[in-house]
Amino acid sequence: MVYSYYPGCTLKNKAQDLDRYARMSAEALGFTLEEIEEWQCCGAVYPQASDEIATKLSAVRALNDAKEKDRDLVTLCSACHHVIKRVNDDMKNVEDIRTRANNYLKLNTPYEGETKVFHFLEVLRDRIGFDAVKEKVVNPLTGRKIGAYYGCLLLRPSGVMAFDDPENPTIIEDFIRAIGAEPVVYPYRNECCGGYISLKEKALVGNLVDQVMDSAADKGAGELITACPLCLYNLKNSGTSKKLPVHYITELLAEALGLITESKTPQQATGHQACSSASCGVFDPCGSRQMDMPACPLGSLPAGIKEVGKGA
Amino acid sequence: MQRIGVFVCHCGTNIAATVDVARVVEAAAKEPGVVHAEDYQYMCSEAGQLKIREAIKEKNLTGIVVCSCSPRMHENTFRQAAERAGINPYMVEIANIREHCSWIHKDIEEATEKAVILARAAIAKVTLNAPLQAGTSRVVKRALVIGGGIAGIQTALDIADAGYEVDIVEKTPSIGGRMSQLDKTFPTLDCSACILTPKMVEAAAHDKITIYTYSEVEKVSGFVGDFQVDIRKKARSVDMSKCTGCGVCQEKCPSKKTPNEFNRGLNNRSAIYTPFAQAIPNVPVIDRESCIKFKTGKCGVCAKVCQAGAIDYEQKDEIVTQNYGAIVVATGFDTIKLDKFDEYSYSTSPDVITSLELERIMNAAGPTKGHLERMSDHKAPKSMVFIQCVGSRCADKRGKSYCSKICCMYTAKHAMLIRDKYPDVEVTVFYIDVRTPGKNFDEFYRRAVEEYGVNYIKGQVGKVAEKGDKLLVQGVDLIDNKRILMETDMVVLATAIEPNPDVRKIATMLTASIDTNNFLTESHAKLRPVESPTAGIFLSGVCQGPKDIPETVAQAGAAAVKVVGLLAKDHLVTNPCVAKSDELLCNGCSSCEKVCPYGAISYEEREVNDHGIRETRRVANVNSALCQGCGACTVACPSGAMDLQGFSNRQILAEVDAICK
Repeated sequence: MVYSYYPGCTLKNKAQDLDRYARMSAEALGFTLEEIEEWQCCGAVYPQASDEIATKLSAVRALNDAKEKDRDLVTLCSACHHVIKRVNDDMKNVEDIRTRANNYLKLNTPYEGETKVFHFLEVLRDRIGFDAVKEKVVNPLTGRKIGAYYGCLLLRPSGVMAFDDPENPTIIEDFIRAIGAEPVVYPYRNECCGGYISLKEKALVGNLVDQVMDSAADKGAGELITACPLCLYNLKNSGTSKKLPVHYITELLAEALGLITESKTPQQATGHQACSSASCGVFDPCGSRQMDMPACPLGSLPAGIKEVGKGA
Repeated sequence: MQRIGVFVCHCGTNIAATVDVARVVEAAAKEPGVVHAEDYQYMCSEAGQLKIREAIKEKNLTGIVVCSCSPRMHENTFRQAAERAGINPYMVEIANIREHCSWIHKDIEEATEKAVILARAAIAKVTLNAPLQAGTSRVVKRALVIGGGIAGIQTALDIADAGYEVDIVEKTPSIGGRMSQLDKTFPTLDCSACILTPKMVEAAAHDKITIYTYSEVEKVSGFVGDFQVDIRKKARSVDMSKCTGCGVCQEKCPSKKTPNEFNRGLNNRSAIYTPFAQAIPNVPVIDRESCIKFKTGKCGVCAKVCQAGAIDYEQKDEIVTQNYGAIVVATGFDTIKLDKFDEYSYSTSPDVITSLELERIMNAAGPTKGHLERMSDHKAPKSMVFIQCVGSRCADKRGKSYCSKICCMYTAKHAMLIRDKYPDVEVTVFYIDVRTPGKNFDEFYRRAVEEYGVNYIKGQVGKVAEKGDKLLVQGVDLIDNKRILMETDMVVLATAIEPNPDVRKIATMLTASIDTNNFLTESHAKLRPVESPTAGIFLSGVCQGPKDIPETVAQAGAAAVKVVGLLAKDHLVTNPCVAKSDELLCNGCSSCEKVCPYGAISYEEREVNDHGIRETRRVANVNSALCQGCGACTVACPSGAMDLQGFSNRQILAEVDAICK
């Protein structure tokens, strides 16, 4: 099975582990993530303004690309998934947005929300099945107590996202069981980490992150996993309370599937080391404008778009 | 040829503001057969009716058309007026130019045109009307009350005191209902059991009242005045005539792991049980799903210890068939399930409870013997948070759109009682609005705030999280406009109430209508609040809408009066607009019999005279006492033999022709 794959800017940059291990794990589980060509940044925030379509167009382009290839579209980053699923819902159900987006894009056939959007976890749950994942596990993470950190973008608004029960989700816990570890359910797993506010109000995000960390530690979690690069950044870099290690879901999946040869202990947190270093300048959590990366002053340009003044 | 009079009502401005009534009169007067047409401000008033009566006499009218409101409102009024003037009441037709026209249109031109068309249709119909004679049917002088809570008990007592026989059918092993689970009642704080149990005893002792507990209504047929009802008396496995109610069987029963429904699952009960100590009847039942004897065949302890020899494992369900003149629905309510409200941690933390569970905890006969304690560690709480409107006034589909009405008052009651009995416990209430209309209700709430120091916060709670052995309540204070994060020991949820889940089944059996929230619909929201639109069916208590105890008792009495008014009649006038089969056209196919929802059609072999040819044919026969005039058979009949009197195929088609002309 081949899925169209929309990685998003951050996965090309700060969250390369999330991307790399997802692709490796997918192959091991018998499906392929084929990156769509010339994808553009999703914008990272779903545009709420009802008269605004320009910021929705990149999502529509990605959705239409998958439709033309007759494939389902898979995403990993919570923000990308959120934006793309909601824009898809708009294209299906909001006539005004659909008409104006299609008028602008002038596609061969108008896009009307036909593509099915899956989060990587939804593929595991609904297409592969967690039982089948469990069978492929060669290195079960026995004895590790893992708290799922959902954040808010995957679950809400629950009607459109249709990901899981927003108050009592189970998908990541089921995933944790599939890779042989023990899920730890804690009350703050579906609370917001503060998101982009970390750029402006560090203290506020610190409070929110402390609540999550304390709540997880209180219930006995030894580490946390998340699907969201921004959540991972905030969990690692904000707050004052005792820190639990935080990993991407795909990293532990790859480990359980035996794809990472050297076993990492929970203390050796991985995945996002660059951010915590002092050299990291102004950080845009969406990863698209990494000011301390001289090679790409305008940000990590999406695949397929050549940087001005370079190359030919 | 009919001599038809047309009377157009203004209904104040209800009709006249949107419909040009003068033009309707003018157009109607030109219709063939119309010899009189006039308009008046209020046709239903005495002066209006007088106009109709005078016109009948002066112009020698034979048919009447009244262009006014819905026939549900005043058809009867105008029929009676016509009858007083000496013509058959079924020669009156109503053109509904209010609900079907003026109320739903804005444009005067369009509305007037439509009103004229509706008048024409009614004129076309009345031209073909023939006088009909109403028959009579008997009234069985016995009432059935479904549900044995305070509503059902009060209704039954009031009917019985008026001298009529009443049967109460209660699903659970005892009468008493929700009120028996309550500890104290607002606003006077009298103990619920102290005021309820005397009524239970009175009902049980009343020689006009028969109580069927552990029983359910299984089948209802018939109609107002003469319903036939099958009642299933579920097997108690205990002989009621032998049991002395000593309770030894319950003590000795080795199966004690079934959640106690009466205590809302806060503790367990035995497999043989009476729900509570004051149960009526004080005869236990064996819950066959939990009983070891029924599950494995081994045990029989209760039979061995029973001195009276009352245990009967072989007992079977019994069907009692009884006829009733009237049926009262008093099926009550339950609290909603909280599975869609996981943000309050109800399913994960035993210290988050519903208000009804708190009633049981506060009750001396409850699982904690009346001591306020947390269900997790049985420690006394130092602080408590009450959250109101859990599932009530809910904007999304998770909860109910309506206000459950009782929660503000019982929350104030709980808060006050706790502060009174345990002054060191801090009590906080989160609310959207505090709604306390009712006699001495607001004073009661003010006392909770001012005398007992209950901390009321206007705002909702977004999350209750477990934190160690505490609960962290995350809410908002709308007046101070700040976020609130407070630790507490117990959280009490004022959970929305909804009609008893069985009500749908019962309403279907009774053909009584229910609304989108499963509350039974009253015949008129203001003027007929205790009657169902289905004749002979009456409503008592929360099955009709959220109510507190005083209101429930008042409505129960009102329903009883309506029942008594019906049972006091010796016979009822039947509707003559029933189906009739033409034996010469009937081909004996049984199509009508299959679609009749009332079982009013049967087939018989009958000798018919078909234009001189005498032969025996199988033909349909309508029992006019059972027929409700729904017309399903007239549509199903392939040969056109079945017709509805007063709504014949010819009349309906004449109306359609007049509309399409």
